[in-house]
Amino acid sequence: MSVAIRINNLTKRFGNVTAVNNVSLDIESGSFLTLLGPSGCGKTTLLRCITGLEDPNEGEIFIGDKLVYSSREGISVPPGERDLGLVFQNYALWPHMKVYKNMTFALETQKMSVEEMDKRVKDSLAEVKMSGYEDRYPREMSGGQQQRIALARMLAYRPKVFLMDEPLSNLDARLRMDMRIELKRLHHVTGATTVYVTHDQVEALTMSTNIAIMKEGVIQQLDTPDQVYHYPATLFVADFIGNPKVNILNGVIDEAGKVNIGSFKISANTYTKTGKVVLTIRPEDITISTEPVPDGIEFTAYSVLPAGADSSIIAQRDDVELTIREMGTCKIRMDEKIWLKINQDAVNLYDENSGKLITQ
Amino acid sequence: MTVSTIPKDPLSMQYRARLRRFIRWLRSPQVILSLIMLAVMFYMVIIPLYRMLITTITFSENDLRYAPGAVVGQFTLFHWLRMLTSKIAMIMTFQPLMHSLTISLGATTLAFLIGGSMAWMVVRTDMPGRKIINVLAVVPYIMPSWTIAMAWKVLFNNGTAGGVPGFLMFLTGTAPPDWVAFGPLPIIISSALHYYTFYFLFVSAALMSIDSSLEEAAELSGASRGRILRKITFPLVIPALLSGFIMTFSKTMGTFGGPNILGVPVSYYTMSTMLRSNTTMLAFGDAFVLAIILILFSMTTVTLNQKIVGTRKSYETIGGRGFMAQKTKLRESKYILTAITVTFQLIIAVLPLTLLIISTLMLHSGVYSIDNLSLAHWIGASDVKINNGEPGILLNPAIWRGAWNSIRLALFTAFFTALLGVILGYAVVKGRGTRLGKIVEQLAFVPYVIPGIAFGAVYISMFTKSVGPIPPLYGTFVLLVVVSVAKHIPYSSRTGVSAMLQVGRELEEAAAIAGAKAWRRFWRIIFPLTSAGFVSGFLLTFITTMRELSLIILLVTPSTAVLASMTMRYIENGNEQQANAVIILLITIVLIGNFIISRFRGGSLKKGLGV
Repeated sequence: MSVAIRINNLTKRFGNVTAVNNVSLDIESGSFLTLLGPSGCGKTTLLRCITGLEDPNEGEIFIGDKLVYSSREGISVPPGERDLGLVFQNYALWPHMKVYKNMTFALETQKMSVEEMDKRVKDSLAEVKMSGYEDRYPREMSGGQQQRIALARMLAYRPKVFLMDEPLSNLDARLRMDMRIELKRLHHVTGATTVYVTHDQVEALTMSTNIAIMKEGVIQQLDTPDQVYHYPATLFVADFIGNPKVNILNGVIDEAGKVNIGSFKISANTYTKTGKVVLTIRPEDITISTEPVPDGIEFTAYSVLPAGADSSIIAQRDDVELTIREMGTCKIRMDEKIWLKINQDAVNLYDENSGKLITQ
Repeated sequence: MTVSTIPKDPLSMQYRARLRRFIRWLRSPQVILSLIMLAVMFYMVIIPLYRMLITTITFSENDLRYAPGAVVGQFTLFHWLRMLTSKIAMIMTFQPLMHSLTISLGATTLAFLIGGSMAWMVVRTDMPGRKIINVLAVVPYIMPSWTIAMAWKVLFNNGTAGGVPGFLMFLTGTAPPDWVAFGPLPIIISSALHYYTFYFLFVSAALMSIDSSLEEAAELSGASRGRILRKITFPLVIPALLSGFIMTFSKTMGTFGGPNILGVPVSYYTMSTMLRSNTTMLAFGDAFVLAIILILFSMTTVTLNQKIVGTRKSYETIGGRGFMAQKTKLRESKYILTAITVTFQLIIAVLPLTLLIISTLMLHSGVYSIDNLSLAHWIGASDVKINNGEPGILLNPAIWRGAWNSIRLALFTAFFTALLGVILGYAVVKGRGTRLGKIVEQLAFVPYVIPGIAFGAVYISMFTKSVGPIPPLYGTFVLLVVVSVAKHIPYSSRTGVSAMLQVGRELEEAAAIAGAKAWRRFWRIIFPLTSAGFVSGFLLTFITTMRELSLIILLVTPSTAVLASMTMRYIENGNEQQANAVIILLITIVLIGNFIISRFRGGSLKKGLGV
């Protein structure tokens, strides 16, 4: 696989704040990479550095084989010459131009014939299911429609790389779901390298081929959605990904290789690690029974939250609280005694000091 | 042996990288525009100020008349000593300064009382007729600032300084006392009635932007109405009051029309009229000393005020965002209040114009009878017995030339000012947070605090000789345009900035990514989206330039005379009725211009004022 974007040791500072801190990253051709993180983690700044709208302080950026930014060489190619398209959070459709003009603005720069432009506009609108909207002004359309036009505007000039900066965050929940389907489909059909910025983990998990999770200007983990979910590289990632949140417990590894949580023990793969650790277990990796079972740990149902398709159960034992996710509507009553079994393979252990995943 | 550190780049490479970065910085549009604007403002403001200072410390040929032993071109403190320490310093400098301050502070206070209370009533009470009050409040601003002064004279003239008795004397048979007819009191009142518009607009915008929950919270805690007004509302509108203060103060410090009409006849000189009398005697060195003192005084006052309130925001004013404010109930008194306010507004808007019109229809002024009614001042043929032989103004080619000059000047000034406004807005908004952007923004503020007449004086010294490639401009029409544009830079920059802030950053970024170069981005995206601001700036400048007098009075020549300056010449020649007719003509042109321009793209006078 060839590399579509290569970033070497990129740093961007705003005054005393380091928004992007020495980030190196290869984005493979045809991949859908999501930059995920809480607000202020530097994901948007990193994206803007790629576009050229922001000049980094240090480092290098290649798009394809072309060096577009280098602090050492003093090179920074203007955004328009980097062959990429960007979809903005608030669409950024030019309000004084009709859809057609919005879409042909970039094409005019390329000195394209009118017939070709017509065809491009038609095709792109069809692609986002907005055929026939050429003569609308942006304000005459709903938010969801505007977002589709913003997407079509990018498609029309066929950039090598698609960049999207929280494109769905201004839409309501339902439209967001629809657009997720469309965006994933679009990536599948066009095969274009896509870099997508979001703070919404569901968007990241559902659409991406790769996720880079950022915190304070540093990439914490770059991996497939599956790996990120099941083997978070740090406690921060583990805590950030997953809804309901992952259970985090403090414990000590005993001689038998089990993790001692206090009044009970959890089996886990401890490798060669000894002493204090932090243990995580996803809510769906715990099974509940209302009768005592072998290896079951006795808890009390503190609160039960059925939500139709699944239910969350908050269980307590002494000062330990666990969240469990169960499919279907839960019949357990509050304050009832329950017995929990923890899937040993799903338990991850983290170093208490560094917060890093223990793998060997 | 291994080397673990990365070798440093060779020096040549570091320099190459730095050079490339510098070139890129230099080529970015906001830097280019900022540098152009810096050059323009340097040429239009800084160099003239410097030349003016030099003139005050150098002997010139004109000084040979009264400075014994002067050598032309030699350094001297003669002018400063003469104006500040000699026997005539009292009459030449200190008295006029005191008079100017009296008038400025008096007019500012009075304007604040009128405009502020009117704004509060309109925004914060349930009094009826708020719409009509709003409209009428802008009317005085459309009239030249000295209109009311002229009408005052028509009404109150008591013959002390010559001329014919006014209406009041005719009606009552007794002459009004001197302190009513001339001097500080009428100047203060006539200026305040013109400038209260600023206070009204600024304060009502500020009041509208206050979230009324702040006041409701105070009310719930048991505070009385008066206490809320003093402790909550008032502090919140202080920035707006300050902008009103700065604007009115710096305008009245340099105002020429009123003091010339109502002060000079009784030898009540202000800085502006004294400055004028010095320049007419070609005593430029002395005149410029006065100008510099005036500028320093105005600047210090403005800076002090900003220090005290501790914010530069005052200049930007609070944007008008409409909250549903809770209105104070006035009960029965509200109709009386509306009646008083509207009557007052009509009096100051309509009465002066009526008086002026009537006076122009009287063949001989002071003769109040039906047979005396005549259109001679408008369309009468030249007659040696009236108006020193000048024909009626509508038959006078000089008037038409003046009208054409006025319109031309206003249009050119409005166009260049609005253009500069858009450019400045772009440079300032894009350069926010950079040192260059800050310098541009601050430099653009400078003309704001230089009183009009002093600003005009600055340009006498500048353009009597050629500067670099620019030929001497004194006495040309171009100079009038240059000075008017320069004086308007602060306003245009404010309009430009607020228009530019409305355009989301990403709209331009989207165009940049689409491959549009700076020039195309500007004309295709930025400019169309800021055009309402452009038109508003255009309209405001058009109106203020049409009736601007203080700024250009020192610079006009007979061939470049505009209507505003012609009224002054007529007054000084004793043809007051024709002067009044010219004012009416001027106001008519302004109204027509206002009507036409505001048809375009939702431009409005209020928007142009940045409220």
